Amino acid sequence: MTDAEFVRAYEVAGADFTNAGRASTGIKETLKHMGLPSALIRRVAIAAYEAEMNTVMYARRGTMTLHVTPAEVVIDVRDEGPGIPDIAQAMQEGYSTATPEMREMGFGAGMGLPNIRRNTDEFAITSEVNRGTSLVMTVRVS
Amino acid sequence: MAEGHYHSIRFDDSACHGCMACMRVCPTEAIRIRRGHAVMLEDRCIDCGECIKVCAKNAVVPLTASPAGLGHFDYTVAIPSPALYTQFDLDVTPGTILQALRNSGFDAAAALSWSCGAVTHAIDLFLSEYRGPGPLISSFCPSVVRLVQIRYPELVDQLLPVLSPREVAAREAKRQAAAGTGLALDRVHAVYVTPCPAKMVSIVDHPGMEASYIDSAVGISDLFPLLAPVIREVQTSGAKVPETETAAGLGWAFSISLPSTLPAEDTMSVWGLPNVLRILDDIDKGKLQRYTFIECHACFEGCVSGALTVENPYVARARALRLQQSLPKRDPVEPGDLRARHERGEFRTTVPFAVRPPQPLGRDIVTAITRMQERDRVAARLPGIDCGACGSPTCATFAEDVVLGEAEQTQCVVLRQAQLEDQLARLAGAPRDAGGTRRSGHDGH
Repeated sequence: MTDAEFVRAYEVAGADFTNAGRASTGIKETLKHMGLPSALIRRVAIAAYEAEMNTVMYARRGTMTLHVTPAEVVIDVRDEGPGIPDIAQAMQEGYSTATPEMREMGFGAGMGLPNIRRNTDEFAITSEVNRGTSLVMTVRVS
Repeated sequence: MAEGHYHSIRFDDSACHGCMACMRVCPTEAIRIRRGHAVMLEDRCIDCGECIKVCAKNAVVPLTASPAGLGHFDYTVAIPSPALYTQFDLDVTPGTILQALRNSGFDAAAALSWSCGAVTHAIDLFLSEYRGPGPLISSFCPSVVRLVQIRYPELVDQLLPVLSPREVAAREAKRQAAAGTGLALDRVHAVYVTPCPAKMVSIVDHPGMEASYIDSAVGISDLFPLLAPVIREVQTSGAKVPETETAAGLGWAFSISLPSTLPAEDTMSVWGLPNVLRILDDIDKGKLQRYTFIECHACFEGCVSGALTVENPYVARARALRLQQSLPKRDPVEPGDLRARHERGEFRTTVPFAVRPPQPLGRDIVTAITRMQERDRVAARLPGIDCGACGSPTCATFAEDVVLGEAEQTQCVVLRQAQLEDQLARLAGAPRDAGGTRRSGHDGH
């Protein structure tokens, strides 16, 4: 196994709905360009998009860092925001703290974090109230 | 199916001045300027024809057939795109145009309206049985199909597997001609009168089919000067011509006539490639699943604004609306008869839509990782102003081209200017910062 690793960071601005989705689209295009299998890319893209939208909707700002190695694709998401007081509750399907405006835009079904879990091989989430939330999402290449 | 990519467009080096107009407008970043001429990246081009529309030098040549070359077939039948009917004054009816086609060398000219009606019904029948992932994406614009095949491989199974009206019309016209003349089917030559070069792609290499029913295409812009005087002859002769087109058929000039059973709020119509790209991006993200059907057109005004039309597309569209009022409203299709044919699969594509992913950055993952790292290193040095002077449409594409060995970093005029200033400063003996970091072109001193 080689230690080849590609790393690229994407900045995500909170409440910037005009550009929301750009980071995950960039990640998807990059992986396509690297010739990764399309089924893998789709899983990564869905997880990345959910994580990006969570940052846009709830946090002040965040960074998504893409890591690609021959073995896996990892996306590390760190945001500065309100944090999640009860992670177990947030992981439940259908649980959401989305505002009516967010629901208006088609979000807030309470499927974001469950969707990330479903589309990743490993998913770690840590959060500190009033500081921010960190996600590490891993999809294995083979 | 062939590994290579057939394209309906060619750049003429003797006419191309390398002005970059086509490179800037290309929606898939498939054009580069190399040694003063435009060149195509064949794995990225979707044949949309935007380069033809923007080229002031006529250096982008559509590979449609010449009208003069159609004489040597046993029997030729013309199948005009409804867009053809919108290219003449309002007193020229579709019936007159079909007659003029017959008078100008075609053995027959077939109206598209029956096929349009049949396809609308076929869409209805297909959707009523479809249980796969949504939304379905229309497959009648060859550029949209190629875009999906190249950029959205996960969505190929959502392309509507129903034949286009032009394919159905060509098949029916060929059968009719063969039955009427006793000729073998393969001696009947079906010629599509096309508003865009992209239709050539679906003739040469039809996605979803073993072979197209259409044999060749002539551009409306090539046929127009030949047809105009014949149309005047038909008009002055006073001969009564039958009107076989219908209002619904003409509507296909800019939009798909969707089944009335399909609630409007479950569908979306998207015109223009930048918009189509945004919608396909959203579908690819798993959004828009509540929609049943999304109609996509590469051109902003639908087929009336194809690269091989001659009339202003807004005038053409207004004419289409006006012509619709004077044409029969009735649907020429018997739905009962159609259901049996639908069940026999007569309106279905026959093979799955293939994917056509472009060349990746590296053949294997380790190479791709190394090259992507290098790409980012190169991109970080570039000014990010997307001036295009290097011959690549953006700094990002230039960085890739450098990594792939298709371009040299010294082609960046901004970087070169900075290097030159550095050298001049050194020659003049001026003191400069000793940091030794590479300066990105525009940050001065």
